[in-house]
Parts: sequence; C-alpha cells; structure tokens
Amino acid sequence: MLSRLFPHPVLSLTLTIVWLALVNKVTLGNLFLGAVFGVTIPVLTAPYWPNRPTLRAPLMALEYVFIVLWDIIVANVVVAAIVLFKRNDAIHSRWVVVPLDLTSAEAITVLAGTVTMTPGTVSTTLAADGSALLVHALHTDDPDEVRDHIKSRYERRLKEIFG
Amino acid sequence: MDHDLTLLPEILVSVFLVIGGLFGLVGSIGFLRLRDTMQRLHAPTKATTLGVGGVLIGSMLYFVMVEGRVSFHELLITLFLFLTAPITANFIAKTHMQAKLQEKDLPPSGGKYGWAVYDAPPGEENDPGR
Repeated sequence: MLSRLFPHPVLSLTLTIVWLALVNKVTLGNLFLGAVFGVTIPVLTAPYWPNRPTLRAPLMALEYVFIVLWDIIVANVVVAAIVLFKRNDAIHSRWVVVPLDLTSAEAITVLAGTVTMTPGTVSTTLAADGSALLVHALHTDDPDEVRDHIKSRYERRLKEIFG
Repeated sequence: MDHDLTLLPEILVSVFLVIGGLFGLVGSIGFLRLRDTMQRLHAPTKATTLGVGGVLIGSMLYFVMVEGRVSFHELLITLFLFLTAPITANFIAKTHMQAKLQEKDLPPSGGKYGWAVYDAPPGEENDPGR
C-alpha cells in the first residue's frame, strides 16, 4: 500500500523541493501543493520506469556531484583556451571508444551526460547492445588516456553509486 | 528596486557578470571558428555553461547581499541546464552521424554490435548477434 502511494520517495521529495524553488516562497500552502505534485506525478508516471534504480551510496553521489561541478569549471577553461589560442590545424579531434562495465540504463545516462559536460569530450552514441560509448574528443593526442580517465574518474564511482 | 549598492557586493556581482560574459563570448567565438559540426558541439556544451553559471552566481549574490533574500530560481536554471544541455548535444551528434557520417568513418565498437545509430539492438530484426 505504502509503496503504491509512494512508488519513488526520492522523486517525490525532489518534485516537492523543485516546486518550492519554482514559486520561490516557502509557505504552508505552497508546501501542500508541492507535496500533492510530489505524490501524484510519480504515481502517474510509474509505468515509464519499471526498473527504478537504487542509490547504493548517497554520500558518494554527493561527492560525484562536486567532482563533476569542479570538472565543468576546468572543462570550460580548457575549451576556452583551445578555442582562443590554438590554430585550426593544431586541434586534433579524435573519436574515442569507451567500453562500458555499467549495465543500468540510468547509470549509463549519467555517465554520458557527465562526459558531455566535462573536459573536451562529447558523448555521441552507444553500441547497439550498450556495451560501449562513442566519445568525440575536441583535442587529444592520446585517445587511450581519455578513455582511461573517463573509466577511472567517473565510471568507477558510478558503479559504486548505482551498484 | 534598491539602487544604493555598496562597494563590496557591487564588485563581486560585477566580477561574476564579467566572467559569465567572457565565457559566453568565447563559446560563441568557438561556434564561429571551429571547423566541423562535431567540433562546434564542444563550444556551446562547455564554454557556455560557465557563461550562464557566472551570470546566475552574480544574480544569486545580488539577491542575497543587496535585497537580503535567497532566490532559488538560479539553482533551478542550473539544474535544468545540466539536464538539457547533454541531451541536446547528443541529439545533434546523432543526427550528424546519421546524415553526414558512415559507419566506416568511426572506430569499431569492439563488441558484437555496431553503433546504435547504424545497428539494430539485440532481439530486433537485423540483429547481427543472432
């Protein structure tokens, strides 16, 4: 009964908080309305996520968020430097294949998003069976290093977070 | 609206606005001067994130230090930007692969199945693994 009313407690909580932030004012009425959304939206959309992921290590997820935020700042500076100071023929763009150990669709989605937001790489597509990720690197002379960096810095952590 | 900004908030807010503006500009320059679609994708997905980020931090500082209240809208904009930017980039990249590239232009996936843009997933018609 309780699991049917709250099929996804984390989503319910997130929706409530997002609603409060949207109206930008915490009042009892807004809290109530937010809670109503938090309960009804997960119930209505439950059929779309039959295998919902479990967060094994919430603290590691928080650590992951901060690592990615930092890397985004670094990425911006790195890409800005390439754009401003490198001649066109000195920019060596390469495709990089990253074999995946992750299997859950949610974890792979987070990894692909992270790769796009961080240093000089954009994720483009997956292998049809989800066993590898195709990444485009703006400038690299060593595709293997890019691959190992993605695997050790992001994929390893996501594997622990999503289990 | 209150116009008597004191010096410290004024400097802080300006610094973040200038940083944001610079990175926005660099993102646009990258968009202009890089050579092909895949390279151009890099500029708006990254340089622009910090451009928008700088403006948002400036805005939050303004509300906290000058108006004396916390505004959550900037955090939401950041959240929505982080959710949508990679997905847009991914869509553009896939469309580019479909329209302008062929499987032989890309490195092999290393597994039984090719890249999802060109190959059917397991269990569907034309499944190469069957």
